[in-house]
Amino acid sequence: MSAGRHIAWFDEVGLGDREQVGGKGGSLGELQRAGLAVPPGYVVTTPAFERFLASLEREAPVRAAVAALKCDDLEAITACSRALRRRMEDSELPAEVLGELAAAHARLVLAHPEQPVAVRSSATTEDAADASFAGLQDTYLWVRGAAQMLGRVRSCWASLYSVPSISYRLKHGFPEQRVAMAVVVQNMVDAGTAGVMFTRSPTTGDRSVITIEAAWGLGSAVVGGEVTPDRWVLGKITGEISVREISDKLIQHEPAAGGGVEAVAVSEERRRAPCLSDTQLQQLGTLARQVERHYGCAQDIEWAIERHSGAILLLQSRPETVWSTRDAAPIARREEDPLMHVMSIFGTRRCP
Amino acid sequence: MSTHTRSGAFPAPSSLKVVAGTERAQAAYPYYMQFTAADDERFWFYNSMHFPEPMSAFDMVTAEAAYCALGSSTTRVHCIPTTLGIDYRIINGRVYIGGNAVTDPAEIARRTGEFQQRAFYYYGNWERLYAQWREKMLALIGEAQALPKLELPEFEPLANVHAGRGIASNHLLLETYQKTLEGYFRMWHHHFEFLLLGYGAYMTFFAFCKKAFPEISDQTVARMVAGMDAEIFRPDEELRRLARRAVELGVDAEFQEGRTAQATMAALGTRGAPGRAWLEELATSRDPWFNINVGDGFYHYHRSWNDDLSMPFAGLAGYIARVKAGESLKRPVEELQAQRRQLIQDYRELLGSEPEREAYDQMIALAHRVFPYVEGHKFYCEHWYTNLFFNKIREFGSLLAAHGFFAREEDVFQLTHYELEAAIIDLMTAWSNGSPPRGPQHWPQIVSERRAAIAQWAKHSTPPALGPVPDVIDDPAIVMLWGITRESLDSWLRAGSDADTRELRGFAASSGVVEGPACVVKSVEEIARVRQGDILVCQITNPTWAPIFQKIAGAVSDIGGSMSHAAIVAREFGLPAVVGTGTATSRIKDGQRIRVDGGRGVVTILE
Repeated sequence: MSAGRHIAWFDEVGLGDREQVGGKGGSLGELQRAGLAVPPGYVVTTPAFERFLASLEREAPVRAAVAALKCDDLEAITACSRALRRRMEDSELPAEVLGELAAAHARLVLAHPEQPVAVRSSATTEDAADASFAGLQDTYLWVRGAAQMLGRVRSCWASLYSVPSISYRLKHGFPEQRVAMAVVVQNMVDAGTAGVMFTRSPTTGDRSVITIEAAWGLGSAVVGGEVTPDRWVLGKITGEISVREISDKLIQHEPAAGGGVEAVAVSEERRRAPCLSDTQLQQLGTLARQVERHYGCAQDIEWAIERHSGAILLLQSRPETVWSTRDAAPIARREEDPLMHVMSIFGTRRCP
Repeated sequence: MSTHTRSGAFPAPSSLKVVAGTERAQAAYPYYMQFTAADDERFWFYNSMHFPEPMSAFDMVTAEAAYCALGSSTTRVHCIPTTLGIDYRIINGRVYIGGNAVTDPAEIARRTGEFQQRAFYYYGNWERLYAQWREKMLALIGEAQALPKLELPEFEPLANVHAGRGIASNHLLLETYQKTLEGYFRMWHHHFEFLLLGYGAYMTFFAFCKKAFPEISDQTVARMVAGMDAEIFRPDEELRRLARRAVELGVDAEFQEGRTAQATMAALGTRGAPGRAWLEELATSRDPWFNINVGDGFYHYHRSWNDDLSMPFAGLAGYIARVKAGESLKRPVEELQAQRRQLIQDYRELLGSEPEREAYDQMIALAHRVFPYVEGHKFYCEHWYTNLFFNKIREFGSLLAAHGFFAREEDVFQLTHYELEAAIIDLMTAWSNGSPPRGPQHWPQIVSERRAAIAQWAKHSTPPALGPVPDVIDDPAIVMLWGITRESLDSWLRAGSDADTRELRGFAASSGVVEGPACVVKSVEEIARVRQGDILVCQITNPTWAPIFQKIAGAVSDIGGSMSHAAIVAREFGLPAVVGTGTATSRIKDGQRIRVDGGRGVVTILE
């Protein structure tokens, strides 16, 4: 994408644009470019953030105020955080950012101004580089209407100045000048079933299987660990389903009337019913392979199945980090005499 | 096997009692097969894979000859570093076996040097030695086929006398018997000439795949290695060919469900040239491809298709119906080969590094080189040669029955091979002396006593294992041939405690889920009971049962691994199958509805 734009649509961006659209935005753009279905949306870029910040800085310092803090002075950090967040949440966006954002939003929701959207922080630091840092920013679901959306975009930005975020940066010496955040705005998926999948086994590190975890309703219940999801393991190459663990799914997340989500009890007959069919499992498996092939490494993927159309949409994909960093020496290498391989069977005892 | 023990033990051999009233039948087995007090110190397991039913006195020769040859290969010919041969014992007709591990590191090192000079030579010259093996095996089969008919004429034929042969006909009985027995023992040496090395190369690749892909199913690895044109597939292919020919010749209407093979053949005889043409086709298929027995070659009563045409004919009607429905019934060999190549390629790409890919290439290449033997030898050894052997013994049975030694020719299998030689010498002597043989007073009662004992033994279940449980089972021969691991022992120990659960676990042999009525087939004779849509539940499935596979909806067996031919056939038919459950035929009742999940290796009893 061209530098300096305030809004970028998913199909215009990729992982290379991380600086301006953040990890999440870049990943969604990348998925869309790879021909995979993601809920339509756009990114409010870091230049838009910089523009907003510049307008704030004209009234009173922001970055300098944070940089001046001492990492062990929690009281000062708390006071500064409160002040900065209030300023960010209460301040109007600069006119041109506001105009572009309103126009983009109108284009996204088209004839349905109340179309719910998700407003998600998209940090410019690599998600995988430090998951805990990435986890400090906020996501808002089921946001309705332009006014609420604008407020949530500012809330996302303000979350950069939460006490934990500031403390984390001070502690790690992260330069304030480089602190920036993009925000993803995308249509909410009214999910009948949602979950995550791993293109490498989280338990054994096996690259030949795809593990799928899912539950009824919105994916936030699975991601947030509020429900024990159903779990399947399918062969990446064979498609064989080797594990089927159907759990007792007590609750599901549903959109709340006033925005956001709420946990509701799952009806008795659906609690122990599998929330995915074999056909859906195979479709998800195919998608997982496509994503992995596109990135060239194992991925953790969030997905949702639209309640009415049954369409599968990808919400996020990031590189698997646990096993990839654990890979040590090869389990076997070429032998000068290939026959030496059989000594692993014939020549050794596995002592207890 | 390790001598260390962990909590949990199976009953000591000395605590296993001979079933009351069968003591004399038990005593018939040679002294070296009987348990002794010293055997309590060792771990034994019931070899229900090869010997799922009580063994008659004669059939014990299958264990004797096989273990004698297996041990020669592992202990002294190829010198496998970590294991010697396998000891065996028999009680209540059940064969228990125990490994004989090498544990001293210095001895393992010494044997490693020997092994590499011997086994590596075989691997290095595999194709040439295997071609030579086939020649040897065909020559051995030729020798068995050339053995003379058994005759005791009243007077020695004049031609023999004038030729100055100087040996009377009765001597030929002994000579023929000893050659028959010798040939059978020799066949087993041929059998094990390559087998352990072949399995070892396969296991090497298998173990690598399990390490690289901890969740890969056994059957996926098996599919990467299995060949497409092994001899063992030929009998079924011949059947399909005969079905196509029947339709082409327009004689298919003669193949009717419920009509015996004899009646069908008689009807074809009345159909003029096309009927005769089909019968000629049948004759070419029969020699040698119908020399396949309905078991695994360890029981005299597992007759071959040639001896009992009911099995192949039972499959023909179904195949003919499929031909008429437009199926070619030809195995899509090229397509299967392409799938195998793709599968190997796909898993190769998933490996984590280039060194691993290079090792993978080396291991799969070796596995592919050796596997034709692993798949092909059975047809020649356990089937073709074994049929000739048992049928020759049956001829002796017929001769002895004709001289009043016992009522039926099949009774001969109630004598040990030593006793049979004695009976033959008795008959030879009687012929010489002109006196009546002593056998007719001696054998009938023993035969009926032993038949009754076998019937008793069959009613008593026997523990899956005996003696202290070893911490690890890493005897390569035992792991390879029986698939027994520490985990399987644990599940056997558990089986006693949760026998009331409705779930059975085994090897996932062929994926898919199916529900249906169980047809529990405890012996081959019952196979005619299997109906369309049944789930076959049996002790051991066998590729010769392939014609039955077109009828059934799924298969479950007590015994077998994912590389067993049953598993391969099930995969080709696309039938869900779980093998090696240990207890399916005893826990599932005939007619019960069951669910087979062949992908997970789980069988659930639904009612």
